[in-house]
Amino acid sequence: MHLTLEFGGGLELLCESVKVHNVNVDVPKGADKLTMKDLLAWVRTNLIKERPEMFMKGESVRPGVLVLVNDCDWELSSQLDTTLEEKDVVVFISTLHGG
Amino acid sequence: MEADTKHKKPGTRLCCACNQRRAALKRPKTLEQICRECFYAVFEEEIHQVILENKLFKPGERIAIGASGGKDSTVLAYVLSELNRRHNYGLDLFLLSVDEGITGYRDDSLETVKRNELQYGLPLKIVSYKDLYGWTMDEIVKMIGLKNNCTFCGVFRRQALDRGAALLKVDKVATGHNADDIAETVLLNILRGDIARLSRCTSIITGEDGPIPRCKPFKYTYEKEIVMYAYFKKLDYFSTECIYSPNAYRGFAREFIKDLERIRPRAILDIIKSGEDFRIATSTKMPEQGTCERCGYISSQKWCKACVLLEGLNRGLPKLGIGRNQGLNSDAKEDIKKDGRTKSIESKQCGSLEF
Repeated sequence: MHLTLEFGGGLELLCESVKVHNVNVDVPKGADKLTMKDLLAWVRTNLIKERPEMFMKGESVRPGVLVLVNDCDWELSSQLDTTLEEKDVVVFISTLHGG
Repeated sequence: MEADTKHKKPGTRLCCACNQRRAALKRPKTLEQICRECFYAVFEEEIHQVILENKLFKPGERIAIGASGGKDSTVLAYVLSELNRRHNYGLDLFLLSVDEGITGYRDDSLETVKRNELQYGLPLKIVSYKDLYGWTMDEIVKMIGLKNNCTFCGVFRRQALDRGAALLKVDKVATGHNADDIAETVLLNILRGDIARLSRCTSIITGEDGPIPRCKPFKYTYEKEIVMYAYFKKLDYFSTECIYSPNAYRGFAREFIKDLERIRPRAILDIIKSGEDFRIATSTKMPEQGTCERCGYISSQKWCKACVLLEGLNRGLPKLGIGRNQGLNSDAKEDIKKDGRTKSIESKQCGSLEF
């Protein structure tokens, strides 16, 4: 499915300084929906070009990275289990830098 | 209900405050689900209450906002400006920036502060390490290597802020330190046994007995909320980690706090509360406050830290003033004893050593 991914708070540096990515992600085989968990794994493999530990820790994002799905905090839905739909916009913002 | 919400899409819950608009975020402070407009209102109102309850400002005061172009100081400048107008604090606000001379980091973030000056209509003053000390951070790192950079930078920055504040003739300096920062500092001081700092680091106003007091209006404000506020309001800020910071000790405390926040967000405020309520045993020896013999700045030793560090840089002794027993060879130690400037490192009181 087609998604728009945005990286902010310095995370764009991990994706060759590109902040907005229009991507096409396949639903994993055997699943009927694409979840955030799937998307994160996809991002790590396909978009993160350096220092993946700054973006992810284990299966989820590194603590300190905020995630918004269609401008809504993913803590309001089910975080990793949140399902995604065609044309969704996912924003990742790191808070881990000087203020 | 749990099974219902498991695969729920975000954007289908209502704000718990207004019950009309869809919730946009979950506040770590209260775990409430709240919409943007209510979030702006409660965010700004809480800071207003902190300012009132702690009597941070008086009408007619000139206030310098320590501005780095980063998320905290940008949001602070925006919110203080707004609250000053809305609630008639009667303050004269300024932006004060420190240029440490870090290529690719500070020069870019200063561009952001210059934009903030225009966007918020607040006059800007920039003070630089080069002018004040004769050294940029880049030059310092070339001399001392990649360890202890933050020690130099932190010490110099504090003085630089004071100098800048004096030039602006302000009554106070406001910085954007947030709840996460302060919780990290409490932990850091515990980990290092720095009792003197531990006793001071949760104070919302510091340096009242010095020339220019400082305050932290964001003391109880979560970093996540500052970033969300800036994101939704589309505030312009600079967001890259200082190139020298990956080696900083604070990184460990930060990682720990972030992991903790995930499990129990309230922990951040609770750590601050613990820090506020610490009482130092009367038998603990605490440093006495005096003034530096060389420059007159506030100091608990004969020479203030900045002077010790500068002396080290200018004499090609990068380890001078760093660590407890390392770095100084016996010749250098002899030199120091002869000149009577500083006692040996071992006899330093708690709170006078830095990383």
